[in-house]
Amino acid sequence: MVAVWKGAALAAALVLGGWGSATAMELRIGLAAEPSSADPHYHNLTPNNAVARHVFEALVDMDEVQTMKPGLAESWKTLDDTTWEFSLRKDVKFHDGSPFTADDVLFSFNRVPNVPKSPSPKTAYVRGKVIEKIDDHTIRIRTARPDALMLNSLAQIEIMSAKAAASASTEDLNAGRGTVGTGPYQFVEFVPGDRLVVKRNDAYWRGREPWEKVTFRFIKSDPTRVAALLSGDVDVIETVPTADAQRLAKEPKVALASALSNRVIYLHMDRLRETSPFVKSKDGSAIKNPFHNLKVRQALTRAINRPAIVERIMEGEAVPASQLLPDVYAGTSKNLKPVAYDLEAARKLLAEAGYPNGFRLTIHGPNGRYTNDTKIIEAVAQMFTRLGVETTVETLPPAVFFSRASSGGPDKTPEFSMILAGWSAGTGEPGDSMRSLLMSFDPQAGTGSANRGRYSNPQFDQLIQKGFATVDAAKRAEIFASAAEVVMNDVGLIPIHYQKNTWAAKKGLKVTPRTDEYTFAMSVRP
Amino acid sequence: MIAFIIRRVGQALAVILVMTVLVFFGTHVIGDPVWMMVPGDATQEQVEQVRREFGFDQPAHRQFLAFLRDIAQGDFGRSYVHGGPAFALILERMPATLELAFAALLMAVVLGIPLGLYAGLNPEAAPARAIMAGSILGFSLPTFWVGLMLIMLFSVMLGWLPATGRGPTVSVFGIETSMLSLEGWRHLLLPALNLALLKVSLVIRLTRSGAREAALQDYVKFARAKGLSRRRIVGVHILKNILIPIVTVLGLEFGSLVAFSVVTETIFAWPGMGKLLLEAIQRLDRPLIVAYVMVVVMLFVTINLIVDILYSALDPRVRLTGDTA
Repeated sequence: MVAVWKGAALAAALVLGGWGSATAMELRIGLAAEPSSADPHYHNLTPNNAVARHVFEALVDMDEVQTMKPGLAESWKTLDDTTWEFSLRKDVKFHDGSPFTADDVLFSFNRVPNVPKSPSPKTAYVRGKVIEKIDDHTIRIRTARPDALMLNSLAQIEIMSAKAAASASTEDLNAGRGTVGTGPYQFVEFVPGDRLVVKRNDAYWRGREPWEKVTFRFIKSDPTRVAALLSGDVDVIETVPTADAQRLAKEPKVALASALSNRVIYLHMDRLRETSPFVKSKDGSAIKNPFHNLKVRQALTRAINRPAIVERIMEGEAVPASQLLPDVYAGTSKNLKPVAYDLEAARKLLAEAGYPNGFRLTIHGPNGRYTNDTKIIEAVAQMFTRLGVETTVETLPPAVFFSRASSGGPDKTPEFSMILAGWSAGTGEPGDSMRSLLMSFDPQAGTGSANRGRYSNPQFDQLIQKGFATVDAAKRAEIFASAAEVVMNDVGLIPIHYQKNTWAAKKGLKVTPRTDEYTFAMSVRP
Repeated sequence: MIAFIIRRVGQALAVILVMTVLVFFGTHVIGDPVWMMVPGDATQEQVEQVRREFGFDQPAHRQFLAFLRDIAQGDFGRSYVHGGPAFALILERMPATLELAFAALLMAVVLGIPLGLYAGLNPEAAPARAIMAGSILGFSLPTFWVGLMLIMLFSVMLGWLPATGRGPTVSVFGIETSMLSLEGWRHLLLPALNLALLKVSLVIRLTRSGAREAALQDYVKFARAKGLSRRRIVGVHILKNILIPIVTVLGLEFGSLVAFSVVTETIFAWPGMGKLLLEAIQRLDRPLIVAYVMVVVMLFVTINLIVDILYSALDPRVRLTGDTA
């Protein structure tokens, strides 16, 4: 027994030396969401993509405002509308010392659609692209139709080493076998449920990072994450809870950094049916679906007091929305402003539409999927009720909500009359958002995939199609901006606000906030 | 004894099967996991592809038969989200949870029994009343709130203990433990205390009522008349006689410590299996949920078995036979 205790004491002494306080150049980051894998192609999920970008890089880089920058490809040009040529960097080496060449790009493109049991593959980003090696540092990509989002898609494909990852399965990559990229950090270990550790790549082609070692800790509980920062367990946290942001701003030990995000919170209205299941007259009888009437839609959007929601519910961590993406992005319309709150005008519109006494409505939404989602729906319901549209709220667990909202009705139609949801423009431009949320639902063409209101407007559809066929970026932005005006003036959906992304770091660290919700050690500087 | 154990194992298998059926179809009713897997902008085609890949397009009973077939071949399913075998994922996290539960149990015994004995032997004393009042608080305060208060006090305000995570681990006989280093204990202390609080209160109350009852028994009076020291009367005669209910309850409670450490693990970001379960439920990761339930049922059955065997050691009147148990 005595021997055991001596052994324990010795072990304690040994361990204490190496643990305890962090070394000077170690960065510890508290993440709110945990990646499901260290395989960059396995699961197209924000936390997965964010940690993958430390180890792996793509041909094209997105900077903190999602502008396309050269990554592993130093330049590119279009030979014609459907052929792109990329020159690859010649000075890049993988972590194992082997040089980066066109073969690695071909290997990675080939790997993306072939990851077994992938819960959400990145296949869509490589589909329709025929890739060809011209020489070791030049590749050509051909598409059947002009692909305006070529660069945005390429920014999502992490390049893996053809040599190191040739036969690596997802499990191998989780264990660090073949987890070899060209990025600023090298993979060290991934302990699911606890942490992911990377160390500096001293030979990084852009120059060395300041942090020798970066540890991502997964701390899902909001108050605990804040406490971990305040107690010094971690140096930086992401997703600062809205309730704590104002208090943390006053805390002398902490500095906040926040940026407008690419995520919009909006309401979709049922535009599919002639009578909508969750809309009734005040006496409970069935009525014609009022959402087909433009004046009703205008009345509803006017009845929402966006500044109040932003200030009271989001505690300033949001900005009133006028369209699907903040107008700092190319392709958005500067002419669109958030619809001003005007209850009198809204009542008048509702009366003109033939509903002087309003009607009854149930809004459905997820609970816990978006920041304060339930509270937002409750606030909107109260505002609608004030307008005369007696509104009840039903929130559901996200898994149930999205399944029913997408295909819970007869013949796999959307089940609800009005839903609240959010959309994050991962591509960094509004075309994909408009195509997914508002173009006519067509599973074959892949349009309207998240159009759970089944809004359909031929004029708008044409504009979006034209936009996607336009490779010239400036012209495309103009077309998308006019499409946004068409659809927002028609109230195709009701935008509420854009979320802000907020990071908190201990004083002395500088965090460059990003619009795409990715938390990077590369954004943190001492 | 052997017959008794065989019977128990048989019962356990039946329970596991029933639980599996319940959980399998229960999660099926909750929703379609595909929506928790694909990104928001997935096209219908992508959704269908993932559905086919995971077999969600099959009717529920087909999926269940396929699941049973896999089990018969020793494959307990793979996590939808993590991709690895569900059982291995849980077993990987189990040492962390067991360690937490064990530390909590230890606290419950070390704090609960002496405090309870004191309160039972001196029921009118002011400290005894304070202990009992404290135990009511321990019972009624919600775990998540106490956990946050502990973090606020000891980590944020005083800065004595880390707020989250597990300390460095050392491998002992193949089991990773953080209980062999000071740093490990510093990480373990708050979550274990949080988890133990309810159990400490429980043990205090059990010990106190047992001690009060036993103190009036004839054999205690006799021992006192015989002139035995108070220490011996309390330590041997009283304590030994009140241990049976405490052992029973602690045995059962150990199971619940393991199974319901979910809240504590989430608050303290403790990398145990409770945290894994919570995430699995949120993402509707059915194989993981089913595997977790299987593990917990087995754990309860094993603990009950050990408790029964301990009984017979503590109380010679208890006999383990196939038909009475």
